[in-house]
Amino acid sequence: MVQPLDTLIETPSQTAGPYVHIGCIPTFAGLPGVYPQDLGLSPIAPGAKGQIITITGAVIDGTGWALRDAMMESWQPDAAGLFAGQEGADPAVSGFCRFAADKDSGLFALTTVKPGPVPQRGGAMQAPHISLWVVARGINIGLSTRIYFEDEDNSTDPLLARIEQRPRVDTLIAKKTGEGQYRFDIRLQGDHETVFLDI
Amino acid sequence: MKDMTDNGPLIPRQRDMHPVPYDPDYKTSVPRSPKWPLLSMESTPSEETGPRFGNSLLGPLDNNLILNFSKDGSPAIGERILMHGRVLDENARPVPHTLVEIWQANAGGRYRHVKDNYLAPLDPNFGGCGRTITDAEGRYQFLTIRPGAYPWPNRANDWRPMHIHISVFGHSFGQRLITQMYFEGDPLIDRCPIAATIKNRSQLDRLVAPLDMARARPLDFLAYKFDIVLRGRRQTMFENRLEGM
Ligand SMILES: [Fe+3]
Repeated sequence: MVQPLDTLIETPSQTAGPYVHIGCIPTFAGLPGVYPQDLGLSPIAPGAKGQIITITGAVIDGTGWALRDAMMESWQPDAAGLFAGQEGADPAVSGFCRFAADKDSGLFALTTVKPGPVPQRGGAMQAPHISLWVVARGINIGLSTRIYFEDEDNSTDPLLARIEQRPRVDTLIAKKTGEGQYRFDIRLQGDHETVFLDI
Repeated sequence: MKDMTDNGPLIPRQRDMHPVPYDPDYKTSVPRSPKWPLLSMESTPSEETGPRFGNSLLGPLDNNLILNFSKDGSPAIGERILMHGRVLDENARPVPHTLVEIWQANAGGRYRHVKDNYLAPLDPNFGGCGRTITDAEGRYQFLTIRPGAYPWPNRANDWRPMHIHISVFGHSFGQRLITQMYFEGDPLIDRCPIAATIKNRSQLDRLVAPLDMARARPLDFLAYKFDIVLRGRRQTMFENRLEGM
């Protein structure tokens, strides 16, 4: 026998299930009035500095079908690379957004400010990216990934550099479809499966 | 002085303490589980920071599901229960001032949702969602009714045990967790393919809330205790590498 550790083990995850919207975005789920408004409707307020962009996409399963019941959360810094609460951060950028796949088309849209680069521990610079967390029925533990941008310099990003199979890097890069418009699909499985993170 | 345990990277997740992503007995997980390994990396500020929510967010009935959907003050139908506990991190420290959200079926096992057409009736006074923010010691509580078990389309006769869904933020986006609380003594837990996605029995047991008579209120409600542990951050006091921020 040895001494017991003083540390605890993380509580295990369980699927968010088909009714996650009731708990997280009740107005969207058809329960208006419980809260004044759903949490995280937008990551920005009027006056946010930087380029306003919209990222559209879908969460696609192994059969090629777009999930109608996925919910996502995004987290990002402001245009200068500062997170809400850090000194000098843009007060109009909360950085957090909650959004869901459309119940008919499966499409989601995130309108936000394009994030700035963020240094990581040790000083290396990360290319601009938005952190994304995906939950749904059938997903037993929330999936983490990142949205990078095709029109930014991603060549020295430390995370992208860690992807050994280089064709997979592309799964994390939003494609520009117009001025301020991007497309980013999340493929849970199958051809071009998105790189998910254990981070 | 900043607390040192708030400076280090997040402790890597012990994935074997979590459910398996792919489990044929939970059929929807089959097409929705990634097949490639996850990309493992030390956390960065993108995962170590996270949204914060203040108490100004909360309305007075947000953590009272018995009354928060009632139009005329009539209580929701069902067994009245207090669900309470603490949010801690892996270093066994409380996680104060963090948002906890719950959602659940009504006493008959029916959700207030367009896609739920189970035979059990809706309760006009029950919505099924609540939220609160932990106090300085990481404590939270909800007053609600005990949800009913319900059937679901999976194998021919699968039923979910009574459960409450819980979402917790912590202080870092990398701590984000959604899980479910089950109830002590429910025989459906051991028959549930979703509960069974957790292969480590002692980890599954941690999702089963014990009856807590010390917090039950005579002639009013029973109580169930449910503590939640989020990822912690590694202490960095002997590391001399330059901190990124
Ligand atoms: Fe449920």
